[in-house]
Amino acid sequence: MLMTGSEILVRTLEEQGVDTVFGYPGGNVINIYDALYQAKDRIHHIITSHEQGAAHAADGYARASGKVGVVIATSGPGATNLVTGIATAFLDSTPMVAITGNVPLSLLGKDSFQEVDIAGVTLPVTKHNFIVKDVTELYDILRNAFCIAQSGRPGPVLVDIPKNVQLASCAFSPKGRLPIEYSGLPEKKELQKAVQMIQKAKKPFIYCGGGVILSNTSAYVLKLAEKIDAPVGTSMMGLSAIPHRHPSFVGMTGMHGRYASSKAMNEADLIIVVGARFSDRATGNKDKFAPHAKILHIDTDRAEINKNITANQALIGDLRSILPQLLDEIENTNNTHWLQEIADYKAYEASQIVRDEKLNPKKVLEAIRSCTSDETVVATDVGQHQMWTTQFYDFEKPRTLVTSGGLGTMGFGLGAAIGACIAKDKAPIVLITGDGSFHMNLNELATAVKQNLPIKVFILNNRVLGMVRQWQTLFFEKRYSETSIDKQTDYVKLAEAFGATGLRIQTTAELEKTVKTAFDTDGPVVVDCAIDADELVLPMIPPGGTISDIIM
Amino acid sequence: MENSFIISVLVSNHFGVLTRVSSLFSRRGYNIDSLTVGETHDPTVSRMTIVSHGDDATQEQIVKQLAKLVDVKHIMVMDPENTVARELMLIKVNATKKNRGEIIEAVNVYRGKIVDLKSKQLTIEITGPQSKLDALIEYLHQYGIIELSRTGITAMGRGDSCLQ
Repeated sequence: MLMTGSEILVRTLEEQGVDTVFGYPGGNVINIYDALYQAKDRIHHIITSHEQGAAHAADGYARASGKVGVVIATSGPGATNLVTGIATAFLDSTPMVAITGNVPLSLLGKDSFQEVDIAGVTLPVTKHNFIVKDVTELYDILRNAFCIAQSGRPGPVLVDIPKNVQLASCAFSPKGRLPIEYSGLPEKKELQKAVQMIQKAKKPFIYCGGGVILSNTSAYVLKLAEKIDAPVGTSMMGLSAIPHRHPSFVGMTGMHGRYASSKAMNEADLIIVVGARFSDRATGNKDKFAPHAKILHIDTDRAEINKNITANQALIGDLRSILPQLLDEIENTNNTHWLQEIADYKAYEASQIVRDEKLNPKKVLEAIRSCTSDETVVATDVGQHQMWTTQFYDFEKPRTLVTSGGLGTMGFGLGAAIGACIAKDKAPIVLITGDGSFHMNLNELATAVKQNLPIKVFILNNRVLGMVRQWQTLFFEKRYSETSIDKQTDYVKLAEAFGATGLRIQTTAELEKTVKTAFDTDGPVVVDCAIDADELVLPMIPPGGTISDIIM
Repeated sequence: MENSFIISVLVSNHFGVLTRVSSLFSRRGYNIDSLTVGETHDPTVSRMTIVSHGDDATQEQIVKQLAKLVDVKHIMVMDPENTVARELMLIKVNATKKNRGEIIEAVNVYRGKIVDLKSKQLTIEITGPQSKLDALIEYLHQYGIIELSRTGITAMGRGDSCLQ
């Protein structure tokens, strides 16, 4: 059957099981949009206000659903607007396929209107990218793109399709999806060594990363924890992998992690790292990291082994095959003393919490949590509010936290919440944001209203760029350079102008009722929550520090 | 401790692959001392020879990061004891009628070839291990080097040591 490039693209999307795409039309994707028009009943296209919002939406969709997120943009500025979104997905290993149009091949390289070398631009922030120069290659390239995006450690793949390739025709016969490749099992003797390390440990600590969520292996990690009496801490990307109310869970480790978790990691004699990469925010001073511990590093990406922290033993392969194998070999071990030690850390941490009457982030987050279910997805932006969310919101089910961990992208939240909401069939979604982050991409409120998405946006509004200000407070003698933004935006009117509902919370007395109103109101709601500019994210281990430098 | 090492890589032979490899080195802060690339007997495959230096951890990371590139098929860190490593150099020097003879004599000792001869200069082609090329350069300095072009090292394992 003869088909055009645009038709082949749409057919391939369908073949890959894609029923939702995010994007923005333009001159060099007009043919693709024409083909999408014909397939309207099968592929739901969501147009955002800006391509960056579309990229974050595709990312949020993928994180909440586990499926591949797809985003389409035109050449030039359309494509460059995707870059932050693609980089965000790359750093957090989100499976994503970005389709860009480009000028016809005959105009390529001539600085034509809206021409940019997007493959060159995205080279360092994609798992791989392609420029399609011949329509006969398009189908295989697209199948490959979806395969690469999902195989091994997932990531974004960009396919740049010049306009003439979209228009050209060739014979098409469907071949089906390529099998997703997972890395195999480590050698038996490596596995044996790991088992011995685990059985010998008296103070084992499991450090769980985003890989556990990506591979759906939370249950195995919990079983392991229970078998060997190990507390489980997580990286930020690992949050939601382990139910927060589970007795083994000690919280996030690192710069703004929980005291009990960072302390336990520091005192452990074995750290079992599962699908995590030892980011500098998680380790602090690498030379003084976990001084008593041996490191057993389990990951699908070989390059993560010994990259930041040297491992005593590594198991390289897919967590889905390694973890059950490990569990089979490991015998129940009693480390009650260690668990008692952990309980003491937790008790000390609890004793440090200061209770006050004013409206603070902890209260807001607890009020929100009382209105959500364990299935509710919570998206965040980046900054203090993000850390407070990781500290004070109990996540019980994997994929319920959608946050930019690696790149730390302010402005990620609203787009991501839109994607997550659509992935969850328009179930209520929470976005926790700050006044700084929200201003970056609030244009996507228009998208949320247009799609009638029940996104409940809570702005922890301290009128400052809180995270940078916190550093200025602690390390720059309160020289608040450009962080007292004090925007005069009226968020209630703003929400109403977009066609959403706006609410305001200024005192603790109003908190519960207004939060409930937000959830009882249909469609998108923006809640302006006034908090103090001097609220700090604590505990904090200063950059390059250790647990002994912790500020409680 | 910093070591120099040679990595041979088989890659897909299409556009952009060289950029992917070199950009990986620059963005991760790895050194490239030289990089050569050319098609192999299989036209779909090119072979790169990269000379780099760094400590053992850096070398390990370079290999692992290279392996993640979709276009990279095989990688081998060459064993210095069991590798033929050669470089080609063209070097143009001042040569008068008077000293031309002694230059040619030196080139013969180094097993180089004169590939161009003019009244005031001559051009030498020489192949060999880097140390030999370096030695010839040092010797020719006295006559005045006009221009010099080196290809960078290409390498192959001896005997059964094959990259495929």
